[in-house]
Amino acid sequence: MSSVAIQLSGITKTFGEVAANKNISLEVYWGEILSLLGENGSGKTTLMNILSGIYYPDSGQVFVDGKEANIRCPKDSYELGIGMVHQHFKLVDNMTAAENIVLGLKNKGRINRKEIAEKVRQIAENYGFNINPERKVYDMSVSEKQTVEIIKVLYRGAKILILDEPTAVLTAQETEKLFAILRKMRDNGKSIIIITHKLQEVLSVSDRIAVLRKGEYIGSVKTSEATAQSLTEMMVGRRITLNIDRPEPENPTLRLHVKDITCFNEEGVKILDKVSFSAYGGEILGIAGISGSGQRELLESIAGLYPTTRESSVLYYPDESGQEIQLIGKRPMEIKRLGVALSFVPEDRLGMGLVGSMDIAENMMLRSYLRGKLGFTDRRHPRKLAEYVIRKLGVVTPGVSTPVSRLSGGNVQKVLVGREIAATPKVLMTAYPVRGLDINTSYTIYALLNEQKKKGTAVIFVGEDLDVLLELCDRIVVMCKGRVSGIVDGRTATKEQVGLLMTSLGEEAKV
Amino acid sequence: MTDFFNFIIAAVLAACPLLLGTLGESLAEKSGNLNLGVEGMMFMGGIAGLAGSYYYEKAVAEPVAWVSVMIALVCAFLCASFGALIYSFLTITLRANQNVTGLALTIFGTGFGNFFGEFIGSTAGGYIAVSQVTKAGFNDPLFPALARIPVVGKVLFSYNFMVYLSIILAIWMWYFIKFTQKGLNLMAVGERHEAADAAGINITLYKYLATCIGGGITGLGGLYIVMNSSNGVGGVWVHNCIGGYGWLSVALVIFATWRPSRAMVCALAFGALSVMRFYFPISFIPMAIYEIFPYLATIIVLITVSLRKRRENQPPASLGLPYFREDR
Repeated sequence: MSSVAIQLSGITKTFGEVAANKNISLEVYWGEILSLLGENGSGKTTLMNILSGIYYPDSGQVFVDGKEANIRCPKDSYELGIGMVHQHFKLVDNMTAAENIVLGLKNKGRINRKEIAEKVRQIAENYGFNINPERKVYDMSVSEKQTVEIIKVLYRGAKILILDEPTAVLTAQETEKLFAILRKMRDNGKSIIIITHKLQEVLSVSDRIAVLRKGEYIGSVKTSEATAQSLTEMMVGRRITLNIDRPEPENPTLRLHVKDITCFNEEGVKILDKVSFSAYGGEILGIAGISGSGQRELLESIAGLYPTTRESSVLYYPDESGQEIQLIGKRPMEIKRLGVALSFVPEDRLGMGLVGSMDIAENMMLRSYLRGKLGFTDRRHPRKLAEYVIRKLGVVTPGVSTPVSRLSGGNVQKVLVGREIAATPKVLMTAYPVRGLDINTSYTIYALLNEQKKKGTAVIFVGEDLDVLLELCDRIVVMCKGRVSGIVDGRTATKEQVGLLMTSLGEEAKV
Repeated sequence: MTDFFNFIIAAVLAACPLLLGTLGESLAEKSGNLNLGVEGMMFMGGIAGLAGSYYYEKAVAEPVAWVSVMIALVCAFLCASFGALIYSFLTITLRANQNVTGLALTIFGTGFGNFFGEFIGSTAGGYIAVSQVTKAGFNDPLFPALARIPVVGKVLFSYNFMVYLSIILAIWMWYFIKFTQKGLNLMAVGERHEAADAAGINITLYKYLATCIGGGITGLGGLYIVMNSSNGVGGVWVHNCIGGYGWLSVALVIFATWRPSRAMVCALAFGALSVMRFYFPISFIPMAIYEIFPYLATIIVLITVSLRKRRENQPPASLGLPYFREDR
């Protein structure tokens, strides 16, 4: 066994005219955790998909354990001992964990479910996973699904494990647990490649860091010799500051008064319970909480997309002299007709925000399609707007007529945020606007939000990263199980304080 | 009572082609291929089987029943599979739209069947028909001795071999999907292409095989319609003989929620509906009303099935979708 687990040599892969990987050469050793770092669209996932057999490189060679390997399909990859946990899990919802784990294996005759479950339990025990092999995937939480994916890879005897953004959807505790398992695997001599955007995690879990930029391999550093600042510079290629501005709010005016929003989901479970707060123009109001505490429903209720009880009230104040407008009970179209300048960046970008198969200009039209004349749509202005957004926010795209689904995650988000900001909102609601985005793009988004704040917009920012929330927001509404457990000042609150409020309700939590 | 047992027997005989069509289509749909060409493939299987037997009888002086039957089965299976192969090539390899391709296959197969049926018929002097030997091979009870047992023997053992063949097929498919690795893989292909692909399953192979074998089974259903007919005119080509049985099978797949075990029950229910008029005539209800029963049931079934929201009853999640690994 050579000390090099994987050696990539001169890998190039192009999609149409876009080169996702340009002549990449890289080594991965046994018994190490390698972080693959790079901005959105820098080709990390493409490179790993080449190893897992999803993509076939245009040129270049792959050596696995010293021998040249020709990986033509995922099966070849498994046979070489490579296993990949994809960012979007590749599981069959309708099957149990055990069934998913043995998919595609060569079992002759009748499947022995008992034996499989036993082997799964054994692997789980070895590494400290928690799993019920008979549970259906559609009943599982994201973290459980990830466990299934990892066990699936281990069950096949993978010695090289690739994880694409494994922590994007995990809570802090789940992430720690995962990292402990990864370290254990490394100590067992496996080699692990992990793709993540979170620099803190990169620094805490990996032994070595390899950086890609725009499809090219920049170099690798030992984690012990790296800092967040030095890594960012390698990724971006120039110096950028990692501080988020927080200008003082200038004469804040009341824009939105939310009072007692209560709503139930389809199963009749109470999702929001008397949520009340106010948002002021010229400030950024953060909303913190464990994901699924009602943040999505809250924003959708305000936007008129989620049904609420009759006692709920959302008052919108157009400007100093104007009459306030009740938003509850109105459909989005009515809200728009009343001249309410409300913009909404939903968390589900390609579902609620944009239409993936339509191009950038057409997606701009989703906001202005009624503005045409004589039954014809106006295409000229949306096209101009698209060009403006591309220029202003630096969207990487072949042109305005590229379908949005072809863009990378960060660029999709820029298109959406760009469109919503261009509508000159008085209230801008954003849900996880930087989820899955690299550090540089994230800071661009923060700067855009700050720009809106300076213009006097009331910005509502639903976030998951407490550090960012505490650096960016003026005030933070902390939610727990559908209720507001506290409203804190972003300048004075501590991470511990917010963290405590996120997990506990009632007076005792208030410091 | 005899009337009731006769009704059951007639229902089973009428259900057989529906069951074959349903099983074949379920197999294809399990791989994510919504093949709407069932009607066409039944026509193709029907005429090919009939022609196979017809030419065999012409070629030999003393036709043997089981040889003739085997030739008919093989011809029907292969010809219908060929139809499914065209469909597979278009939808899997060229990634054409499945609905459009399936409809085209129905139109093609209907034309194919009627054209050759009439063409061979006209060269044969009017119509194409097989001799009594082949007809008996298809229609005679498989277990004549057992069939003589009163009541039980009649209800359970008086059927021709095609009925037992279709039941064995249903049981085999149930076992295959539920208990074997290959069946699990097939389910995964239909449920989520990219998951199956990432697990190392050869999607293209599974889809081709499932669709072509399924098509072949469907073709046997067509052959049954041509060869076995309750009113004794089997073994002859009748213009437009399939007459919507393919479409009923497509609906039955949904009724049976893609399960071979349920397909047996559902096909029997439809078979019963289609022969009801002969056994329970009610004077003031016109015959025409009886004839719409199966179709009416189809509509009701589609509505009720759509209302059921259980995860296990949903169609394979990737049904109708093409897959291209490097697609982004």
